[in-house]
Amino acid sequence: MALPVAFFALFFAWPVAAIVRRGLKSDGAWHLGRIADVLAQPDIRHVLWFTTWQALASTALTLLLALPAAHVFARLDFPGKQVLRAVVTVPFVLPTVVAGSAFLALVGHNGLLDELWGVRLDTTVWAILLAHVFFNYAVVVRTVGGLWAQLDPRQEEAARMLGASPFGAWRRVTLPALAPAVAAAALMVFLFTFTSFGVVQILGGPTFSTLEVEIYRQTSEIFDLSTAAVLTLVQFAAVGAILAVHAWTVRRRESALRLVDPGTTARRPRGAGQWALLAGVLATVALLLVLPLAVLVRRSLDAPGLGYYRALTTSDSGTFLVAPVHAVWTSLEYAFAATAIAVLIGALAAAALARRDAGRLVRGFDALLMLPLGVSAVTVGFGFLIALDKPPLDLRQSWILVPLAQALVGAPFVVRTMLPVLRAVDSRLREAAAVLGASPWRVWREVDLPLVRRALLVAAGFAFAVSLGEFGATVFIARPDNPTLPVAVARLLSRPGDLNYGQAMALSTILMVVCAAALLILERLRTDRTGEF
Amino acid sequence: MLLSLDAATVRLGGRPVLDAVGLDVAEHEVVCVLGPSGSGKSTLLRAVAGLQPLSAGRVLLDGRDQAGVPAHKRGVGLMFQDHQLFPQRDVGANVAFGPRMHGAGRAERDAEVGRLLDLVGLPGAARRAVASLSGGEQQRVALARALALRPRLLMLDEPLGQLDRSLRERLVVELRELFGRLGTTVLAVTHDQGEAFALADRVVVMRDGRIAQSGTPLEVWQRPADAFVARFLGFDNVAPATVAGTVADSPWGKLPVPDGCAQGARTLLVRPAGVRLLPPDEGLPCTVTARTFRGTHVAVHLRPGDGPRLEAACALRDAPEVGEAVGVEFDAAEVVVLD
Repeated sequence: MALPVAFFALFFAWPVAAIVRRGLKSDGAWHLGRIADVLAQPDIRHVLWFTTWQALASTALTLLLALPAAHVFARLDFPGKQVLRAVVTVPFVLPTVVAGSAFLALVGHNGLLDELWGVRLDTTVWAILLAHVFFNYAVVVRTVGGLWAQLDPRQEEAARMLGASPFGAWRRVTLPALAPAVAAAALMVFLFTFTSFGVVQILGGPTFSTLEVEIYRQTSEIFDLSTAAVLTLVQFAAVGAILAVHAWTVRRRESALRLVDPGTTARRPRGAGQWALLAGVLATVALLLVLPLAVLVRRSLDAPGLGYYRALTTSDSGTFLVAPVHAVWTSLEYAFAATAIAVLIGALAAAALARRDAGRLVRGFDALLMLPLGVSAVTVGFGFLIALDKPPLDLRQSWILVPLAQALVGAPFVVRTMLPVLRAVDSRLREAAAVLGASPWRVWREVDLPLVRRALLVAAGFAFAVSLGEFGATVFIARPDNPTLPVAVARLLSRPGDLNYGQAMALSTILMVVCAAALLILERLRTDRTGEF
Repeated sequence: MLLSLDAATVRLGGRPVLDAVGLDVAEHEVVCVLGPSGSGKSTLLRAVAGLQPLSAGRVLLDGRDQAGVPAHKRGVGLMFQDHQLFPQRDVGANVAFGPRMHGAGRAERDAEVGRLLDLVGLPGAARRAVASLSGGEQQRVALARALALRPRLLMLDEPLGQLDRSLRERLVVELRELFGRLGTTVLAVTHDQGEAFALADRVVVMRDGRIAQSGTPLEVWQRPADAFVARFLGFDNVAPATVAGTVADSPWGKLPVPDGCAQGARTLLVRPAGVRLLPPDEGLPCTVTARTFRGTHVAVHLRPGDGPRLEAACALRDAPEVGEAVGVEFDAAEVVVLD
């Protein structure tokens, strides 16, 4: 318990605090009046308003498109279901810059729609909304669908026997049981879209800006630290509120549901309605999730003889000091280090949280662990530069800085994946081992570890994918001569010219393949689908 | 004494779950704790095993106070309710778990596993997966696992709880025979009186964390200590009465009681066999409200004109129809004055 707390205090709380202090404190006095000043600015108010409404719209759109899919995955059985489940999940672990480039290739200047019908959406809010759906489709499908598959269909049958119509039975029996899961998923989507950075940075152009993008702009372009600090606080408060509500709905979901083996609840589709639903879901997945990625790959192959890929191996273009392909190795190294840290910290935290006698304080830590998911990654990254520059902790020159920041984002995923499994271990199994003579440490090794080994691997995979794609914090602290993949992609996209664009598409494709490979290995390992992601 | 509990008390959330319980178990004795759910009997086992710390009192094994001795060092065996076999291990690895924790070598463990599986009637099952076992087989594996350490005290929590009736009746005989052969000291808890009476040398009835009665199965059956024990054993003909000499004044009228009973205000138990049916115009007038076939006899439920309901046991061919009017008299030999 002590190690995770120290880790989060040192590498999360302290840098964020440092940024806030830098922004709001000068000449030894706090200038809290700045908060009101900043919030009174019309353009800031506009950013706040846009951030909120686009998050709401994205959430609503995601629910609308993904809930039918959750039903299909939970209740229908069809060939290729496993593959489809993996396909749906790929976007969630993709780096935001990949999604950004993919949608740019689909709806942007010279994009597929532009070529076919002359339609461009990259200057409209639709591109952002669709990209958000692309990302968060899996959150809804997995969270809601996972629970739905475990609800006993006989509950609905019981309602039918008592005289309810099929729809009535669904509305009165299944929906109330699902509601907390839907709420939890919606809140997660809202959280992710509220703090969206990479997608908006790439697709938003100069017109659209979320809080996170604005924080980045204020810090790195305008150097207005006090405005950035105020915005960080605003985002902090909003995220805190969202997480509090989320924790509450999750607790409700954990209560009082009798769950059954998900393998037994799915049936072959019957009747035109169910076939139409299945077809609709497949079409949505094809258009919204597969098409952008296909276009991305297609664009990366536009130059003859894999030209864009070959260009990646030289440093001629002048965008980087090293050949862009070097970023692949840098990224992998960082991601492995970050995964190791995230798994260590996350597993320790989860083990502490799973103890039945965990006190109020420890359970409060549970919610705090989620904060790094929502607090501005840009702030964390910049905070690292400010806070960790003095001895004894001068890490600015150290390569470990990037993995540390990435582990911060990866650790909550580890906790979320491990915690349900650890909590599900029957404590009487541990007692049985103790009575048979196993010391507490042996109990952990003989009982807990074999049961959670799989979850640990899944958690490691998620942490790996998240580290690989982390952008907001890394963009600040990655050294210019050693960019990670997402940073390299963003930098290529920010420069004009077909070659840069093509190289960005090629790098994105590589990144996508690495992430998808990691995920597909995970899907083989993962048998229970009760986790939250 | 192998095991002694001295005013053992466990409070959970301020409520005493185990309330100053004193209990002694001698070597080679088989003791069954009997009680309804929530009476604290599982907590009793957990306290002895060291899984539940005491709020007050002492647990002594071989005369040594066990305070501060963790579960894995107490050397007692516990067979859990619904068994708690390790799902990721096969049968052999489950049975070998205890010896492995105590540093036994592989050859030694394998020999022990083979011996124990033979003992519990599952020869050659060592490589089977736990999930493939039936309820009765799981129970046998759990027993073998608990016996593998040759514990000085073996504790069983609802050992036959979830098995079907015929299997339960067969296993209870097997267990009794096995414990006799091995000379194992056993402390078992159950809510099933039939199981307790069949298994135990001594029965301890618990109520609300306290011991209500302790004695041989015959003693407890013949002379329940109080109305609670009587009702828990399935006797419903219980009523307050005033005893004077060999006559008790009860809600059912004047009843004969055996010689030498305690006098004054008491609680009366009339066993169903002691309720005799007569023609309608003799004795206490009653109406038959229900008949339940019990295999060897019929339980006839009666509503007297005055007083609480009565249950009578009578032969199938003598049983009256529902709604019939009958008379009732009482047999002093089947009347017990409690308290």
